[in-house]
Amino acid sequence: MVGYLISLGIFTATFALFSLGLNLHWGYTGLINFGHVGFLAIGSYTTILLGIAGVPMFFAVFAGVVLAMGLGFSMGMATLRLREDYLAIVTIGMAEIVRLIALNEDWLTRGGRGVYGFPLPFAQFNPNIPTKLGMIALFWAVVGAAAWQWWQWLERQYGRSRLRWLLPSYAALLIAGTLSLWATLLPLSLGREIAIFPLVLTLLTLGGAIALVSHYCRPDKPAVIPIALNTLAAALGGLVVKALTLGLWDFSYRAGLLWLLVLVLALVVWQLERLIHSPWGRVLKAIREDEEVAKALGKNVFAYKMQSLLLGGAIAAVAGSFYAWQLTFINPDGFVSLITFQGWTIVVLGGAGNNMGPLLGAALFWAYTALTRFIPLDGGRLEALRMMLIGLVLIILMMWRPQGILGKKEELSLGR
Amino acid sequence: MVDESSLAPVPSSVSQVLPADLLLATELCKSFGGIRAVDHAEIRVARGSITGLIGPNGAGKTTLFNLLCNFITPDQGRVIFDGVPISHLPPHQVALQGLLRTFQVPRVLSRLSVLENMLLAAPLQTGEKFWNSWLQPLRIRQEEQELRQRAWAILESVGLAAKANDYAGALSGGQRKLLEMGRVMMHRPRMVLLDEPTAGVNPTLINQICEHIVRWNQGGVTFLIIEHNMDVVMSLCQHIWVLAEGKNLADGPPREIQTNPEVLRAYLGQ
Ligand SMILES: Nc1ncnc2c1ncn2[C@@H]1O[C@H](COP(=O)(O)OP(=O)(O)OP(=O)(O)O)[C@@H](O)[C@H]1O
Ligand SMILES: [Mg+2]
Repeated sequence: MVGYLISLGIFTATFALFSLGLNLHWGYTGLINFGHVGFLAIGSYTTILLGIAGVPMFFAVFAGVVLAMGLGFSMGMATLRLREDYLAIVTIGMAEIVRLIALNEDWLTRGGRGVYGFPLPFAQFNPNIPTKLGMIALFWAVVGAAAWQWWQWLERQYGRSRLRWLLPSYAALLIAGTLSLWATLLPLSLGREIAIFPLVLTLLTLGGAIALVSHYCRPDKPAVIPIALNTLAAALGGLVVKALTLGLWDFSYRAGLLWLLVLVLALVVWQLERLIHSPWGRVLKAIREDEEVAKALGKNVFAYKMQSLLLGGAIAAVAGSFYAWQLTFINPDGFVSLITFQGWTIVVLGGAGNNMGPLLGAALFWAYTALTRFIPLDGGRLEALRMMLIGLVLIILMMWRPQGILGKKEELSLGR
Repeated sequence: MVDESSLAPVPSSVSQVLPADLLLATELCKSFGGIRAVDHAEIRVARGSITGLIGPNGAGKTTLFNLLCNFITPDQGRVIFDGVPISHLPPHQVALQGLLRTFQVPRVLSRLSVLENMLLAAPLQTGEKFWNSWLQPLRIRQEEQELRQRAWAILESVGLAAKANDYAGALSGGQRKLLEMGRVMMHRPRMVLLDEPTAGVNPTLINQICEHIVRWNQGGVTFLIIEHNMDVVMSLCQHIWVLAEGKNLADGPPREIQTNPEVLRAYLGQ
């Protein structure tokens, strides 16, 4: 269970990172990038190929970032001065070109046979107890900061007085979550497949109970669904936090990877938030809204679009390194356009134009993927059913909440 | 109605006191397919003046504005701003020279707040440079503080202070006009091109807008105004240019234009 949650956590965080770049492009700058996977591919291949050649890991990742920015630069030079739909076409083409190069330049990438046996971070790492404790402490510091931000956001959203009722509920949930984890560990011996169901059932019941309690306490302004959802998210988050803490203690390669990923993700989100709220971010948002206005006010629209494209691409390239390290085997099939559209699904689901959107979207996307794995169908059919279901979810979302889960409703009614 | 005496504070002799034209465009041409939207047009705007640009619908006034700021590249012609040719500059560079424009249909940044719309307009902010977010965070914070104060002052003067934290997209048409003008003033421009500042605005607000324009003009900003409301044009402007079918029809002080038979025929329909 711990190992499984860690794997799931790595995928979630990798895709969150990937989608953060896309969100910068689309959600903040209004650039339609349909070739985001190209950055991921360049990041992956550069990191692992240089790693094999003996380049230290940090520099290999850095080189991947630089090359991905090179790709972004050529995309930008080709299209950013044109109307925006051209960017969509060119990006999708460029990502395909990257994949086809990886497929055909056998001498470099071993083509369709793929690359494996590349150096991995933490592979030969055997931390002693103080190191482990240090890592856990750092991780908890990040978790604490995130939880604090989350709480602040909830306070802004639902008001402090209403949340007063939630604090004891959260405490209860923490205990209940731990108990439910133990309850899940029992049937774990019967096999992983059965274990997930009681777990989810427990969490759903808990979320529902909390929502009812809060509804009962403050019936004047019911916020039942969001509070229940937040509760559920906290519970699931708590499970992952616990899993990673345990994983770091019995140190495994993947636990180390997730640990690193969490730190990188936190750093990226933090800095993106800073940037977005700086005058620089204001110009990006202005370009998203109406680039003619930005131009008329003396902003060099082309330069800002380029910077956004490069920064988003660089973030995706870092995601690419983790993508390769998690899979430990990379071939061009891992970089089909579908990945780009999974990124779009994540951004749209979570709510574009909000840095938390990709995090939530990625968590939902991978929770969905994890849950649908247990549908008893063979591989091809399952894949088809999953696609249909996610399409359905998106359609329903577009009808019910077109701005995405975290999007602001007021924005929908605005004229241009 | 606009009270003429209160709204004509700038003496008509200004253009003689400062002989140099702030803006001078000659031989401007632009065709869209077969249509000659602007056809060898010329315009001069004296420093410190409020100058009008009138003409029938489709005369090419908006197109001329677009050419002046290089929003549309002219087929031929020169634009000189404060003695410097600007026809080769990209639009944002033109704005950085101090020549700002508004749009006929007001364009606000819908999903930004009214205040953010204002803050955006300030030119050459330290925090607009990517690396400065890390290199000069203190300076950025201080600048933001100052910008906020200025933005509030302008918003208050145009009566939008109560709306400062609303989405700009939630403003009414007239409020958008005001926001657009306030936003342009946030840039500390030397010259502003206003495209129909009073279109779709109620009479009381029209008076207010005129007062703002006069006040800003007294503060040293030169205006070139496209306007269909003749009362406004005649009372605000010291000099008026008339455009018809992309060509210059006439130019002169308001009284001359009002009585020019050609103008009356082409434009006033009398
Ligand atoms: N982008 C364009 N493509 C094709 N034709 C255009 C374009 N812009 C303007 N025109 C044409 O050029 C002519 C002048 O248009 P313009 O908008 O400059 O008129 P105007 O004087 O501003 O009129 P109004 O007073 O109605 O605003 C019109 O015949 C219009 O159809
Ligand atoms: Mg016009």
